[in-house]
Amino acid sequence: MNIHEYQAKEMFREFGVRVQEGIHCKSVSDALAAYDSLGSEIVAVKSQIHAGGRGKGILYDPESGEEVMKGGVKIAFSREDVEEFSRNICGNLLVTKQTGQEGKIVNNMYIESGCDIDHEFYLAILVDRDRKSVLVMASTEGGMDIEEVAENNPEAIHKIWADPSLGLRDVDCASLSDSLGLSGSSSVQMIEMLNSLYAMFIEKDCSMIEINPLVRTKDGSMVALDAKVGLDENANFRHPWRDEVRDLSEEEDVEIRANDLGLSYVKLDGNIGCLVNGAGLAMASMDVIKLYGGEPANFLDIGGGATRESITAAFQIILEDENVEGILVNIFGGIIRCDMVAMSVIEASKELGLEVPLVVRFSGTNHEEGKAILDSDEISIHTVSSLSEGARKIVDLIGGDN
Amino acid sequence: MAIWIDEESKILIQGITGKQGTFHGTRMVRYNTNVVGGVTPGKGGQEVDLDGRQVPVYNNMKEAVSETGADVSAIYVPARFAAAAIHEAAEAFDENGGGLIVCITEGIPTLDMIRAVDKVNEFEKVRLIGPNCPGIISPGLDGGCKVGIMPAFIHKKGRIGIVSKSGTLTYEAVAQTMSVEEGQTTCVGIGGDPVSGTGFIDCLSAFEEDPETVAVVMIGEIGGSAEEEAAEWVSENMSKPVIGFVAGSTAPPGKRMGHAGAIISGGKGTASEKFAAFEKAGIYVARDPSEIGQVLVGALIEAGLRES
Repeated sequence: MNIHEYQAKEMFREFGVRVQEGIHCKSVSDALAAYDSLGSEIVAVKSQIHAGGRGKGILYDPESGEEVMKGGVKIAFSREDVEEFSRNICGNLLVTKQTGQEGKIVNNMYIESGCDIDHEFYLAILVDRDRKSVLVMASTEGGMDIEEVAENNPEAIHKIWADPSLGLRDVDCASLSDSLGLSGSSSVQMIEMLNSLYAMFIEKDCSMIEINPLVRTKDGSMVALDAKVGLDENANFRHPWRDEVRDLSEEEDVEIRANDLGLSYVKLDGNIGCLVNGAGLAMASMDVIKLYGGEPANFLDIGGGATRESITAAFQIILEDENVEGILVNIFGGIIRCDMVAMSVIEASKELGLEVPLVVRFSGTNHEEGKAILDSDEISIHTVSSLSEGARKIVDLIGGDN
Repeated sequence: MAIWIDEESKILIQGITGKQGTFHGTRMVRYNTNVVGGVTPGKGGQEVDLDGRQVPVYNNMKEAVSETGADVSAIYVPARFAAAAIHEAAEAFDENGGGLIVCITEGIPTLDMIRAVDKVNEFEKVRLIGPNCPGIISPGLDGGCKVGIMPAFIHKKGRIGIVSKSGTLTYEAVAQTMSVEEGQTTCVGIGGDPVSGTGFIDCLSAFEEDPETVAVVMIGEIGGSAEEEAAEWVSENMSKPVIGFVAGSTAPPGKRMGHAGAIISGGKGTASEKFAAFEKAGIYVARDPSEIGQVLVGALIEAGLRES
């Protein structure tokens, strides 16, 4: 789960991480009032969406599709600038390299006081899967794509790891600060900031904190100019406050609905819907469809606790996608029984008036009973015995239509 | 022989009185797995009926391990209590000569797992499998040892080792070995979470040392770099043939595909990188999981372990 920059910065303030003064806005008049109250001549007008690459993004009018402005983050030198930029941002579509072509409508803005930048750094805290510990990563090359820095200038990236029980060691923080070439009060502030951010990472159950850029100002202060925070959803049970910071408009509506039903769904661009039990098998089913010349329309794992209701809902979700021209059901019965799935499939196809071809592959618990149920029903369902066969069959059936 | 568990293993179930614990405990006993007891705090002294077998319940792991001499624990407790259950099991086993902890629970916070794995690593003779995994099974001649939620009946004792990040894809791999008349020594589901205990290399190295295992099927998925590291280990250390598949070739970047760890981030962790690492390491690659059986046969023939 991601949160907006303005929410992340609120969290930073709570933990004593230095940020510029800023105000969350939802309209042009909000933005002008914010400008007046900040009292800073130069401010940044920042689009608030969860995707990265905002600065280099392009804003479009969602109705006409016409380009409105280049750059989703703008530096305003006057009240007039603030008015113009906020008008161009608010309610328009921001397309960045992370949003995809469909972009995101910007409903939130952040107006932030400017500062005199001396140098831009990069700082991130994340989970290192290989070392099984929390990693702090910093670079002297701030404001740039970290993947590019890792590729072209890996020696500019410095790393320290936290001890799972003791946390960050002072000596490591000091050496990280040294590696970035910081000294005097900048270094003291940097070390303080590392400790504050680490405390926040643990206390809030973050999955990632990224500050790009983290700046040293002309007077030597270390300020988090940007803030990207991801939260570990597995820890939601101990953070009830998250309901309030969650922005549902940033999430795919259908993915939220699926999630509520215990289904795990991700929409893709193809035309073959998939309904599978197990995440690995669901990915493999998509892969095999592609291998035999088809294009999967979705990832869908019905999970180990699927019921007739959730399977019907799964079909409904798949069929809402207008691109879907056929469906492959692939079940390896373990706890889930194939005969239960068979009855659910028949019910769902009758209830929803299924018109696209349906191929079903059963294996594992009660697969023979499941196949018998499908074969004896009058509705037309193609039963196959292997994933390969299933993928070839559905690709073949759809190819016939084109 | 098999790796880590066999018919002699004594199993405890943490969360035995819960719905999951009783449900899967019953199926473990039905497969002739030697379940010797369980733990539910506050319910010590009770008994649970698992398929006709009366199994004692203890208040804590220390008591359970010292009373029963168990060396394996299956954890079925809810996510918010799971990390504490791992800590408790690790300490109890450490005091009693070591043991294996198999954590089935899904949805444990990552920071909890970082601390739990760190705890387990303090103890040389304690191993953790999972979390968020189907568990581990060593088929025997009459049933066998099943510690987890996999459907037992698809397995048969044999000479192939299986290790996988995914649950149902492990079953698929098992069915593939059966389709070419090969059985399994041990099948390990290591789970798809970003931070977990036993990894591919631990399993590969145990299979390499196990005299009964002649070949290994390894199933990876997108995210992280465990597959690449395993491939490198195989090319340097493994004398037995390894057959590999990676799920997620069609997964879009930045989207979590069901498993918490299954995400391509910053262009890293893609299936094509992992397949390339497999091929470079001399691993026999199946691009379609339905072909694992045929690829396995080819590898066994090449190694002189099968005629056709």
